[in-house]
Amino acid sequence: MLQVSVYRYNPEQDAEPSMQTFEVDTGGKDVMVLDVLEEIKARQDASVTYRRSCREGVCGSDGLNMNGKNGLACITPLSETVKNNRLVIRPLPGLPVIRDLVVDMSMFYAQYEKVQPYLQNATPAPAIERLQSPEDRAKLDGLYECILCACCSTSCPSFWWNPDRFIGPAGLLQSYRFLADSRDTATEERLSRLDDPFSVFRCHGIQNCVNVCPKGLNPTRAIGHIRSMLLKRAA
Amino acid sequence: MVTAVTSLSRSGLSDWLVQRVTAVILLAFFVFVGVQIASGVSYAEWTALFAQTWMKIFTLLAILSLAAHAWIGMWGVFTDYLTERLMGSRGNVLRIGLQLLTSLSLVIYVIWGIQIVWA
Ligand code: SF4
Ligand code: SF4
Ligand code: FES
Repeated sequence: MLQVSVYRYNPEQDAEPSMQTFEVDTGGKDVMVLDVLEEIKARQDASVTYRRSCREGVCGSDGLNMNGKNGLACITPLSETVKNNRLVIRPLPGLPVIRDLVVDMSMFYAQYEKVQPYLQNATPAPAIERLQSPEDRAKLDGLYECILCACCSTSCPSFWWNPDRFIGPAGLLQSYRFLADSRDTATEERLSRLDDPFSVFRCHGIQNCVNVCPKGLNPTRAIGHIRSMLLKRAA
Repeated sequence: MVTAVTSLSRSGLSDWLVQRVTAVILLAFFVFVGVQIASGVSYAEWTALFAQTWMKIFTLLAILSLAAHAWIGMWGVFTDYLTERLMGSRGNVLRIGLQLLTSLSLVIYVIWGIQIVWA
Protein backbone atom coordinates (compact mmCIF):
# COMPACT_ATOMS: atom_id res chain seq x y z
CA MET A 1 0.00 0.00 0.00
CA LEU A 2 1.34 3.36 -1.00
CA GLN A 3 1.33 5.91 1.83
CA VAL A 4 0.00 9.17 0.42
CA SER A 5 0.02 12.32 2.49
CA VAL A 6 -2.12 15.12 1.08
CA TYR A 7 -2.17 18.78 2.08
CA ARG A 8 -5.68 19.72 3.23
CA TYR A 9 -6.96 23.21 3.86
CA ASN A 10 -10.43 24.64 3.64
CA PRO A 11 -10.14 28.27 4.77
CA GLU A 12 -13.87 28.39 5.54
CA GLN A 13 -13.62 25.58 8.09
CA ASP A 14 -10.05 24.93 9.10
CA ALA A 15 -8.04 27.13 11.43
CA GLU A 16 -4.89 25.93 9.75
CA PRO A 17 -3.70 23.52 7.05
CA SER A 18 -3.03 19.89 7.90
CA MET A 19 -1.73 16.75 6.20
CA GLN A 20 -4.10 13.82 5.69
CA THR A 21 -2.74 10.34 5.08
CA PHE A 22 -4.33 7.87 2.68
CA GLU A 23 -3.38 4.33 1.80
CA VAL A 24 -3.68 3.59 -1.89
CA ASP A 25 -3.39 0.22 -3.56
CA THR A 26 -1.77 0.78 -6.94
CA GLY A 27 -1.76 -2.91 -7.75
CA GLY A 28 1.97 -2.66 -8.22
CA LYS A 29 1.51 -0.55 -11.33
CA ASP A 30 3.60 2.52 -12.07
CA VAL A 31 0.68 4.92 -12.44
CA MET A 32 0.83 8.71 -12.50
CA VAL A 33 0.44 10.84 -9.38
CA LEU A 34 -2.81 12.20 -10.81
CA ASP A 35 -4.19 8.65 -10.98
CA VAL A 36 -3.49 8.29 -7.27
CA LEU A 37 -5.35 11.52 -6.54
CA GLU A 38 -8.30 10.42 -8.70
CA GLU A 39 -8.36 7.12 -6.85
CA ILE A 40 -8.45 8.91 -3.48
CA LYS A 41 -11.18 11.26 -4.66
CA ALA A 42 -13.29 8.47 -6.17
CA ARG A 43 -13.00 5.90 -3.40
CA GLN A 44 -11.80 7.48 -0.18
CA ASP A 45 -12.58 11.17 0.18
CA ALA A 46 -14.52 13.08 -2.45
CA SER A 47 -13.71 16.40 -0.82
CA VAL A 48 -10.02 16.32 -1.82
CA THR A 49 -9.72 19.28 -4.17
CA TYR A 50 -7.29 19.82 -7.02
CA ARG A 51 -7.26 21.14 -10.58
CA ARG A 52 -6.86 18.95 -13.61
CA SER A 53 -8.15 18.87 -17.11
CA CYS A 54 -6.27 17.24 -19.97
CA ARG A 55 -4.52 14.56 -17.87
CA GLU A 56 -1.75 14.39 -20.47
CA GLY A 57 0.64 17.26 -19.76
CA VAL A 58 -0.92 19.74 -22.15
CA CYS A 59 -3.16 22.11 -20.19
CA GLY A 60 -0.86 22.92 -17.29
CA SER A 61 -3.57 22.91 -14.65
CA ASP A 62 -2.27 20.23 -12.26
CA GLY A 63 1.05 21.74 -11.25
CA LEU A 64 1.71 20.34 -7.76
CA ASN A 65 4.54 19.82 -5.33
CA MET A 66 5.24 16.09 -5.13
CA ASN A 67 7.76 14.87 -2.56
CA GLY A 68 9.26 18.34 -2.56
CA LYS A 69 9.51 18.84 -6.30
CA ASN A 70 7.12 20.76 -8.53
CA GLY A 71 5.70 19.05 -11.57
CA LEU A 72 2.54 18.05 -13.41
CA ALA A 73 0.78 15.25 -11.52
CA CYS A 74 -0.62 13.76 -14.73
CA ILE A 75 2.77 13.03 -16.29
CA THR A 76 4.77 12.26 -13.15
CA PRO A 77 4.96 8.48 -12.70
CA LEU A 78 5.22 7.19 -9.15
CA SER A 79 8.60 5.63 -9.98
CA GLU A 80 9.97 9.12 -10.56
CA THR A 81 8.91 10.62 -7.24
CA VAL A 82 8.05 7.99 -4.61
CA LYS A 83 10.73 7.19 -2.08
CA ASN A 84 10.35 4.58 0.70
CA ASN A 85 6.77 3.99 -0.40
CA ARG A 86 5.79 7.56 0.58
CA LEU A 87 4.23 10.29 -1.51
CA VAL A 88 3.69 13.77 -0.08
CA ILE A 89 1.49 16.02 -2.19
CA ARG A 90 1.34 19.73 -1.53
CA PRO A 91 0.11 22.75 -3.49
CA LEU A 92 2.64 24.80 -5.49
CA PRO A 93 4.69 26.77 -2.94
CA GLY A 94 4.54 30.53 -2.52
CA LEU A 95 1.01 31.19 -3.77
CA PRO A 96 -2.07 31.63 -1.55
CA VAL A 97 -4.07 28.42 -1.12
CA ILE A 98 -7.72 28.61 -2.12
CA ARG A 99 -8.47 25.07 -1.03
CA ASP A 100 -6.38 21.89 -0.60
CA LEU A 101 -4.15 21.68 -3.67
CA VAL A 102 -5.73 24.62 -5.51
CA VAL A 103 -3.73 27.85 -5.41
CA ASP A 104 -4.61 31.39 -6.38
CA MET A 105 -2.58 32.09 -9.52
CA SER A 106 -3.42 35.83 -9.72
CA MET A 107 0.10 36.98 -8.85
CA PHE A 108 1.55 34.60 -11.41
CA TYR A 109 -0.80 35.86 -14.14
CA ALA A 110 -0.22 39.48 -13.19
CA GLN A 111 3.49 39.01 -13.91
CA TYR A 112 2.66 37.27 -17.19
CA GLU A 113 0.43 40.19 -18.15
CA LYS A 114 3.25 42.66 -17.46
CA VAL A 115 5.39 41.32 -20.29
CA GLN A 116 2.58 42.00 -22.80
CA PRO A 117 2.62 38.47 -24.16
CA TYR A 118 1.30 39.20 -27.63
CA LEU A 119 2.81 40.25 -30.92
CA GLN A 120 3.21 43.98 -31.40
CA ASN A 121 4.01 45.36 -34.80
CA ALA A 122 3.80 49.02 -35.73
CA THR A 123 4.09 48.51 -39.49
CA PRO A 124 0.93 48.28 -41.65
CA ALA A 125 -0.50 44.78 -41.74
CA PRO A 126 0.24 42.97 -44.99
CA ALA A 127 -2.62 41.63 -47.12
CA ILE A 128 -2.14 38.00 -46.15
CA GLU A 129 0.26 37.36 -43.30
CA ARG A 130 3.58 38.42 -41.77
CA LEU A 131 6.13 36.01 -43.11
CA GLN A 132 9.00 34.69 -41.10
CA SER A 133 12.03 32.77 -42.36
CA PRO A 134 12.48 29.22 -41.06
CA GLU A 135 15.64 30.42 -39.28
CA ASP A 136 13.77 33.21 -37.47
CA ARG A 137 10.98 30.82 -36.64
CA ALA A 138 13.52 28.41 -35.16
CA LYS A 139 14.51 31.09 -32.62
CA LEU A 140 11.13 30.59 -30.94
CA ASP A 141 11.71 26.91 -30.29
CA GLY A 142 12.11 26.24 -26.59
CA LEU A 143 10.08 29.37 -25.82
CA TYR A 144 6.61 29.03 -27.32
CA GLU A 145 5.98 25.58 -25.81
CA CYS A 146 5.34 26.95 -22.30
CA ILE A 147 1.94 25.93 -20.92
CA LEU A 148 1.99 28.37 -17.98
CA CYS A 149 1.77 25.65 -15.36
CA ALA A 150 3.74 27.84 -12.89
CA CYS A 151 5.93 24.95 -11.74
CA CYS A 152 9.01 27.06 -12.47
CA SER A 153 8.02 30.38 -10.90
CA THR A 154 6.73 28.72 -7.74
CA SER A 155 10.04 26.87 -7.30
CA CYS A 156 12.04 30.08 -7.62
CA PRO A 157 13.11 31.64 -4.29
CA SER A 158 13.35 35.08 -5.90
CA PHE A 159 9.70 34.74 -6.92
CA TRP A 160 8.70 33.60 -3.43
CA TRP A 161 10.21 36.73 -1.86
CA ASN A 162 9.10 39.28 -4.46
CA PRO A 163 6.18 37.86 -6.47
CA ASP A 164 4.84 41.38 -6.91
CA ARG A 165 8.02 42.79 -8.47
CA PHE A 166 10.08 39.96 -9.95
CA ILE A 167 8.49 38.73 -13.17
CA GLY A 168 9.68 35.20 -12.53
CA PRO A 169 10.95 32.52 -14.90
CA ALA A 170 7.63 31.82 -16.68
CA GLY A 171 6.92 35.49 -17.42
CA LEU A 172 10.51 36.13 -18.47
CA LEU A 173 10.55 33.13 -20.79
CA GLN A 174 7.48 34.60 -22.50
CA SER A 175 9.02 38.04 -22.48
CA TYR A 176 11.98 36.67 -24.41
CA ARG A 177 9.64 34.74 -26.71
CA PHE A 178 8.41 38.12 -28.03
CA LEU A 179 11.78 39.86 -27.84
CA ALA A 180 13.16 37.08 -30.05
CA ASP A 181 10.31 37.20 -32.56
CA SER A 182 11.38 38.77 -35.87
CA ARG A 183 7.81 39.99 -36.42
CA ASP A 184 7.65 41.98 -33.19
CA THR A 185 8.73 45.62 -33.39
CA ALA A 186 8.24 46.65 -29.75
CA THR A 187 11.69 45.45 -28.64
CA GLU A 188 12.82 48.83 -27.30
CA GLU A 189 9.65 49.41 -25.26
CA ARG A 190 9.79 45.87 -23.95
CA LEU A 191 13.42 46.23 -22.85
CA SER A 192 12.91 49.64 -21.27
CA ARG A 193 10.29 48.10 -18.97
CA LEU A 194 12.72 45.42 -17.78
CA ASP A 195 15.66 47.56 -16.66
CA ASP A 196 14.66 48.10 -13.00
CA PRO A 197 16.43 46.15 -10.23
CA PHE A 198 13.53 43.70 -9.75
CA SER A 199 11.82 42.60 -12.97
CA VAL A 200 14.75 40.64 -14.44
CA PHE A 201 17.70 41.18 -12.16
CA ARG A 202 16.22 39.38 -9.17
CA CYS A 203 17.17 36.20 -10.99
CA HIS A 204 20.30 34.87 -9.34
CA GLY A 205 20.69 31.91 -11.67
CA ILE A 206 19.64 29.32 -9.09
CA GLN A 207 18.12 27.26 -11.94
CA ASN A 208 15.34 25.67 -9.89
CA CYS A 209 13.12 26.68 -12.79
CA VAL A 210 15.09 24.64 -15.32
CA ASN A 211 15.14 21.71 -12.94
CA VAL A 212 11.34 21.44 -12.68
CA CYS A 213 9.92 22.54 -16.04
CA PRO A 214 7.77 19.62 -17.24
CA LYS A 215 8.22 20.80 -20.80
CA GLY A 216 12.00 20.73 -20.56
CA LEU A 217 12.28 24.48 -21.18
CA ASN A 218 15.13 26.63 -19.93
CA PRO A 219 13.98 29.97 -18.45
CA THR A 220 17.47 30.70 -17.09
CA ARG A 221 18.89 30.72 -20.61
CA ALA A 222 16.09 33.04 -21.79
CA ILE A 223 16.82 35.36 -18.86
CA GLY A 224 20.49 35.37 -19.89
CA HIS A 225 19.45 36.41 -23.41
CA ILE A 226 17.31 39.24 -22.03
CA ARG A 227 20.27 40.40 -19.93
CA SER A 228 22.54 40.49 -22.98
CA MET A 229 19.91 42.41 -24.93
CA LEU A 230 19.75 44.95 -22.10
CA LEU A 231 23.56 45.15 -22.09
CA LYS A 232 23.77 45.67 -25.83
CA ARG A 233 21.06 48.30 -25.66
CA ALA A 234 22.99 50.22 -22.98
CA ALA A 235 26.38 49.90 -24.67
CA MET B 1 6.00 47.72 -0.86
CA VAL B 2 9.69 47.31 -1.54
CA THR B 3 10.90 49.97 -3.92
CA ALA B 4 14.12 50.46 -5.82
CA VAL B 5 14.92 53.97 -4.58
CA THR B 6 17.63 52.73 -2.23
CA SER B 7 19.36 50.56 -4.81
CA LEU B 8 22.79 51.78 -5.86
CA SER B 9 21.95 52.99 -9.36
CA ARG B 10 18.21 52.30 -9.56
CA SER B 11 18.91 50.40 -12.73
CA GLY B 12 19.01 46.64 -12.49
CA LEU B 13 21.47 46.47 -15.34
CA SER B 14 23.95 48.96 -13.82
CA ASP B 15 23.74 47.35 -10.39
CA TRP B 16 24.37 44.00 -12.00
CA LEU B 17 27.33 45.30 -14.00
CA VAL B 18 28.83 47.13 -11.03
CA GLN B 19 28.50 43.95 -8.99
CA ARG B 20 30.50 42.00 -11.57
CA VAL B 21 33.18 44.63 -12.22
CA THR B 22 33.79 45.20 -8.50
CA ALA B 23 34.01 41.44 -8.00
CA VAL B 24 36.83 41.27 -10.54
CA ILE B 25 38.68 44.20 -8.93
CA LEU B 26 38.33 42.64 -5.47
CA LEU B 27 39.53 39.30 -6.72
CA ALA B 28 42.56 40.88 -8.40
CA PHE B 29 43.39 42.86 -5.24
CA PHE B 30 43.10 39.97 -2.84
CA VAL B 31 45.04 37.62 -5.11
CA PHE B 32 47.77 40.24 -5.41
CA VAL B 33 47.94 40.91 -1.67
CA GLY B 34 47.68 37.19 -0.98
CA VAL B 35 50.66 36.45 -3.20
CA GLN B 36 52.67 39.19 -1.49
CA ILE B 37 51.93 37.81 1.94
CA ALA B 38 52.53 34.22 0.87
CA SER B 39 55.93 35.11 -0.53
CA GLY B 40 56.80 36.65 2.83
CA VAL B 41 57.05 40.41 3.28
CA SER B 42 59.02 42.35 5.85
CA TYR B 43 57.64 45.52 7.42
CA ALA B 44 59.97 47.64 5.29
CA GLU B 45 58.88 45.96 2.05
CA TRP B 46 55.24 46.26 3.03
CA THR B 47 55.44 50.01 3.73
CA ALA B 48 57.49 50.53 0.57
CA LEU B 49 54.79 48.75 -1.43
CA PHE B 50 52.01 50.89 0.01
CA ALA B 51 54.08 54.06 -0.45
CA GLN B 52 53.82 53.71 -4.22
CA THR B 53 51.07 55.71 -5.88
CA TRP B 54 49.76 52.87 -8.04
CA MET B 55 49.36 50.65 -4.98
CA LYS B 56 47.49 53.44 -3.19
CA ILE B 57 45.18 53.84 -6.16
CA PHE B 58 44.73 50.06 -6.44
CA THR B 59 43.88 49.89 -2.73
CA LEU B 60 41.49 52.81 -2.96
CA LEU B 61 39.80 51.13 -5.91
CA ALA B 62 39.50 47.92 -3.90
CA ILE B 63 38.01 49.78 -0.92
CA LEU B 64 35.44 51.54 -3.10
CA SER B 65 34.66 48.28 -4.90
CA LEU B 66 34.13 46.56 -1.58
CA ALA B 67 31.69 49.27 -0.49
CA ALA B 68 29.71 49.17 -3.75
CA HIS B 69 29.74 45.37 -3.86
CA ALA B 70 28.63 45.10 -0.25
CA TRP B 71 25.85 47.63 -0.73
CA ILE B 72 24.38 45.91 -3.78
CA GLY B 73 24.63 42.52 -2.10
CA MET B 74 23.11 43.62 1.20
CA TRP B 75 20.42 45.58 -0.62
CA GLY B 76 19.44 42.38 -2.39
CA VAL B 77 19.33 40.38 0.82
CA PHE B 78 17.36 43.02 2.74
CA THR B 79 14.79 43.51 -0.04
CA ASP B 80 14.33 39.73 -0.27
CA TYR B 81 13.78 38.87 3.36
CA LEU B 82 12.97 42.05 5.31
CA THR B 83 9.81 43.09 3.54
CA GLU B 84 6.26 44.04 4.30
CA ARG B 85 5.13 40.88 2.50
CA LEU B 86 7.08 38.61 4.81
CA MET B 87 6.90 40.41 8.16
CA GLY B 88 4.36 43.21 7.91
CA SER B 89 5.29 46.85 8.55
CA ARG B 90 7.98 45.60 10.95
CA GLY B 91 9.80 44.50 7.79
CA ASN B 92 9.96 48.05 6.45
CA VAL B 93 11.29 49.44 9.72
CA LEU B 94 13.87 46.69 10.04
CA ARG B 95 14.95 46.97 6.42
CA ILE B 96 15.36 50.73 6.41
CA GLY B 97 17.10 50.62 9.79
CA LEU B 98 19.57 48.02 8.60
CA GLN B 99 20.10 49.87 5.33
CA LEU B 100 20.99 53.00 7.29
CA LEU B 101 23.34 51.03 9.50
CA THR B 102 24.96 49.35 6.50
CA SER B 103 25.47 52.59 4.58
CA LEU B 104 26.82 54.30 7.68
CA SER B 105 29.35 51.55 8.33
CA LEU B 106 30.38 51.48 4.68
CA VAL B 107 30.99 55.25 4.67
CA ILE B 108 33.01 54.95 7.87
CA TYR B 109 35.06 52.09 6.46
CA VAL B 110 35.76 53.98 3.23
CA ILE B 111 36.90 57.12 5.07
CA TRP B 112 38.95 55.08 7.50
CA GLY B 113 40.53 53.12 4.66
CA ILE B 114 41.45 56.28 2.78
CA GLN B 115 43.00 57.71 5.93
CA ILE B 116 45.13 54.62 6.44
CA VAL B 117 46.34 54.43 2.87
CA TRP B 118 46.80 58.12 2.05
CA ALA B 119 47.78 59.59 5.41
S1 SF4 C 1 8.40 27.41 -18.38
FE1 SF4 C 1 7.90 25.28 -17.98
S2 SF4 C 1 7.51 25.20 -15.78
FE2 SF4 C 1 7.44 27.33 -16.36
S3 SF4 C 1 5.29 27.73 -16.70
FE3 SF4 C 1 6.21 27.21 -18.70
S4 SF4 C 1 5.88 25.02 -18.92
FE4 SF4 C 1 5.54 25.51 -16.74
S1 SF4 D 1 17.38 30.75 -12.49
FE1 SF4 D 1 16.44 32.69 -11.96
S2 SF4 D 1 14.33 32.48 -12.51
FE2 SF4 D 1 15.19 30.39 -12.46
S3 SF4 D 1 14.74 29.67 -10.37
FE3 SF4 D 1 16.71 30.65 -10.36
S4 SF4 D 1 16.41 32.79 -9.73
FE4 SF4 D 1 14.46 31.89 -10.39
S1 FES E 1 -4.04 17.75 -16.30
FE1 FES E 1 -3.44 18.99 -17.98
S2 FES E 1 -1.31 19.16 -17.63
FE2 FES E 1 -1.88 17.72 -16.12
